[in-house]
Parts: sequence; structure tokens; C-alpha cells
Amino acid sequence: MKDETKTAIICIAPALVVIGIFTLLPIFYSFYLSLTDWDGFSPIKNFVGFSNYLELISSSDFWKSVGVTFYYAVGITIISVVAGLVLASVINRSGRLMSFHRVIFFIPVVTSFVAAGVVFRSLFSPAGFLSDTFRSIGLSPPNWLADPTLAMPALIIVGVWNRLGFNTVISLAALQSIPRGYYDKAKIDGAGNWSRFRFITVPLMKPIILLLLVMSMVDAFLIFDLAFAMTGGDPLGATRVVGLYLYRNAFHYYKMGLASAIAVIVIAIILTMSLIQMKLSKFGREA
Amino acid sequence: MSEHDISQAHAKLIRRITGTVRRIWIHIPLFILEFVVLMPFFWMITTSLKPLELMNVPPYLIPTHFYWQNYVISWSIAPFGRYYFNTLIVVLGIVTGQLFFSSLAGYAFARLRFPGKNIIFLILLSTLMIPMYVTVIPQYLIIKSFGLVNTYLGLILPFLVSAFGIFLFRQFYITFPKELEDKALIDGCSRMQIWRHVFLPLSKPAFAALGIFAFLFAWNSFLWPLIVTTDPDMWTVQLGLAMFSGRYGTEWTYLMAATTISVIPAIAVFIVLQKYYLKHLVLSARLG
Repeated sequence: MKDETKTAIICIAPALVVIGIFTLLPIFYSFYLSLTDWDGFSPIKNFVGFSNYLELISSSDFWKSVGVTFYYAVGITIISVVAGLVLASVINRSGRLMSFHRVIFFIPVVTSFVAAGVVFRSLFSPAGFLSDTFRSIGLSPPNWLADPTLAMPALIIVGVWNRLGFNTVISLAALQSIPRGYYDKAKIDGAGNWSRFRFITVPLMKPIILLLLVMSMVDAFLIFDLAFAMTGGDPLGATRVVGLYLYRNAFHYYKMGLASAIAVIVIAIILTMSLIQMKLSKFGREA
Repeated sequence: MSEHDISQAHAKLIRRITGTVRRIWIHIPLFILEFVVLMPFFWMITTSLKPLELMNVPPYLIPTHFYWQNYVISWSIAPFGRYYFNTLIVVLGIVTGQLFFSSLAGYAFARLRFPGKNIIFLILLSTLMIPMYVTVIPQYLIIKSFGLVNTYLGLILPFLVSAFGIFLFRQFYITFPKELEDKALIDGCSRMQIWRHVFLPLSKPAFAALGIFAFLFAWNSFLWPLIVTTDPDMWTVQLGLAMFSGRYGTEWTYLMAATTISVIPAIAVFIVLQKYYLKHLVLSARLG
């Protein structure tokens, strides 16, 4: 064997072993487990075919968790992508303070979901800032996190708070990659602010907008830490997202087979989203 | 000076003033929004310094009381010292592992020729699309079968290598000029020595970038420690905080004191290294 090949094997072996055991193998293992009724420790592991999937399909709890997760994900995606674009175009004109603004808006992104969940639980609590503000202007505050219709919007507020900085920074980088000359030329041709935005910014930003839409959607769909720390899935399952549903089934009820079936369904949903993005962005390039 | 000149100078002055005003104006909505975005932090710090029983109508965001003992008390209610020690070990393990193995593998993918290189690299990249929580059950079962539940190794091992890090280092090394290794090869260095003595010393920017990604990932991760530790002595900061929050749910002053301490390292590291982090954020986004 050539020395170069030998060196290459030494260099990549540790990476391949770890990723093989902890990422590639689990994908297949998940699918295999989803066809069994294993509890994770007993020696008996029965092959049950697709009955875990059938159980999920007929479970209203599962559908509800998928529903609230989509509610959360769509809410986060629309608000944070649009707000991120607007914010980025404002920051883009802010000159010397640009990197300052960028850093400030990014701070929530590096704050852990657990910390965010705890702080916002306090903000929304009956003794928290929001309730006190309501009271001080003579309104009786709702009990946000105990109200099944308000708990999810509250969670979405925190999700947007966390996501905004990320989407803003990516949008800003994309805005800055548009050559200034395009705008100058359009200006000479008499194009106004709006038509410059409509005919230069939007078409050139399309791939990035699409990327942000799908990324935000996928990341939001995988919400776990925040729901765990802020609401724990309450009230009445209004915030019991798929992640929590999977976690409970696997690590409280020890239904590893059923939980693996949930994981496989989540993989399918996420891959579908990514494929749609790839298809659309290819379509955009050809058009 | 003619009348024309004066009016022109006038117009220029007005334009300059309106320009400055517009430049300042644009910051005002940004500052307001920044205040809103940072508001939870003001609330957190203010609450952490309040006496326990204080009600606040009207509410306030700037501390007026300074009950520093809340911090001491929160540390005595739960063994946060232990949590920080555990987290430190886990973070060090993950960051060192990711830096070392990413540099090594990135070097191979960027500078060495070997059979199957492209296909292996593609497989590595495609694993980035697999989110952690859909593989967490098998990961747990594998760690359990190794007997590593409730150990530092169990907390570290699945994240010792990062496909993103390998990609980052590959992109970094691929830009180096070829003469760099040609000269070393003529001098009789092996490929491994070239990595060690030529590439590694030049890798500081890539180390800084991946270092902060890995640090933030490890510091903030929650699901894996939640699953793989049952012994409170092995809890990390995030896990300890969540459990503390579950048990002392409405003792906000202590809870906020504990939370304040837990967010400081992440925010501090980010602010110090933000240049490297934000520069590579787009790369991470395109991959994710």
C-alpha cells in the first residue's frame, strides 16, 4: 500500500469509527428497532412488523404532537425569516455600528434553550414581568403558560427570540454579497427604492430565503430542550411536541420500539423538507 | 462669493446634515429592538438580585436591590460546583477531540490522494442532515452496551468527532499552496510530519472557529446528558439547571441567580470569538 494511502487511513479512521458507530449505525438500528417491541433492557425482543407504526397512526396523542410541532415550526419559520430579512436590510445600512448590532442580535442564539426556557417561564409567570406590566396598566393578566391556547404562542415568542439573530446574520451576509453596482446602475436607469428591492434584492436573495425557510422549519421541528424547560408539554398537551413525545415513550415508558418508529417518521419528515428545498433551489437556478 | 456659490454651499451643508440625521435615525429602531431582545437578560439579572418575597407593581428591569446572597444560596441548594466541574470536563473532551480529529481528517481530505476519497467525504457530509434526536435511542443503547452510562466518556464519545469540523478544516487546508508540502517532501518529511509541522501551526483561525462552535454545542447541550446520566453527581450545568427549575419552580430569585451564572460563559466566549464564529456561520448554514 502506498504511504499516502496509509497516512490517509490513519487520519480518517477515528472520524469514520465515531461517525459510523454513533450516526450511521443508529439510522439503520432505529429502523430495525421500530419493527420490534423492545423495552431497552429485557432479553426478549419480539419482531412485530409495522404494528408500532399502525399504533402511532391510530393514536390521537401522536397526531396532536405532530400538529403542535408543525404549529410551532410554521410560526417560528414565517416570523423569524421575514423579520430577519427586514432586520438585515436595516442593519445593512447602519454603517460603522453594523458589527455591534449583529453581535447584540446574536446573543440569544448562543444562549441555551434551557436558560431561555427558565427565564421566559419567569417572564410569563403570574409574578413575572409581563403579568406585572398588565397589572400596572389596570388589566388582569392571562396565565400564559397555563392556558392551552396561549402556551404555544408563548413558546413561539421564545423560539423567534432565539432564531431571529441567526436568520438576520445569514440574510445580512447574503445582502452584502449583492454587488453594489447593480443598485447604482438601476438608480441611474431611474429605478426607485421599491423596484430596486423588487427586481434586484428579491430575485438574488431567493435561494437564501428558501434555505432559511427550510432550515428554520427543520430546526424548529426538532424542538426539545425549550419545551422541556419551559412548559414540559403542558397544559393538556398543548406544547407536547414530537421530541417530548418521543422522549417520554423511550425513557419513561421504555417503549423503545414505538419511540424508534417516531424517530423514523421524523427522519422522513425532515428529509422531505430538505428534498423540497433542493428541488426548488434547482428549479430556481434553471428558471 | 457669488449667490450661486452660497446656495450651493448651503445645499451641501443641508445634505450633509440630513445624511447624518438619517444615519443616526436608522439606529434608533435598532436600539429599541435590541432593548426588547435583551430584556429577558435584564429581567433575569434584576430578579436574581431581589429579595425573595418582593412583588413588583409597576415592574422594573434595572436592579434596585442587590441581594448578592441569592447567588450563594442558589449554589448551596444544588451542587452547582459539581455541575460546573462535570461540564468543564465534558466540554474540554468534546472541544479537544473535535479540533484534533477534524484537523487530521480535514488534512487527509484536502491534501492526500486515496481510493474512495470522494464517496467517503460525501457520506460524511450527508450525516450532517441527520439530526441528533432521531438517533438518540440507538446511541443510548450503544453507550449502555459499552457500560458507559453515567461516565464522562459516555457524555463525550458520540460527539468526539464532527463532520462539520472535518468539512471546515478541509475547506481551510485546500487553499494552502502546493509548494508548502513539496518543499517539506523534498526535505524528507513524511505526510504525517507535514501535517504536524507545516499544517498544524498554520491552523489557528480554523481552530478558533471550530473551537467556538464545539464549545457552544457542548456547553448548551441538554438532551444527551439528560438521557445518559441518571446519577446527579454526573449532571452537567444545563441538566442541573433544568432539574433545579423543576424542583424549585417558583423560587425565581435563586433560579435566576443560577441561570445568570450558567449563561455567562457562553455569551462571553461568543463575544470574544464572534469574528471567527459569524464568519463561518454561513458555511454551517449551507451544510445544515
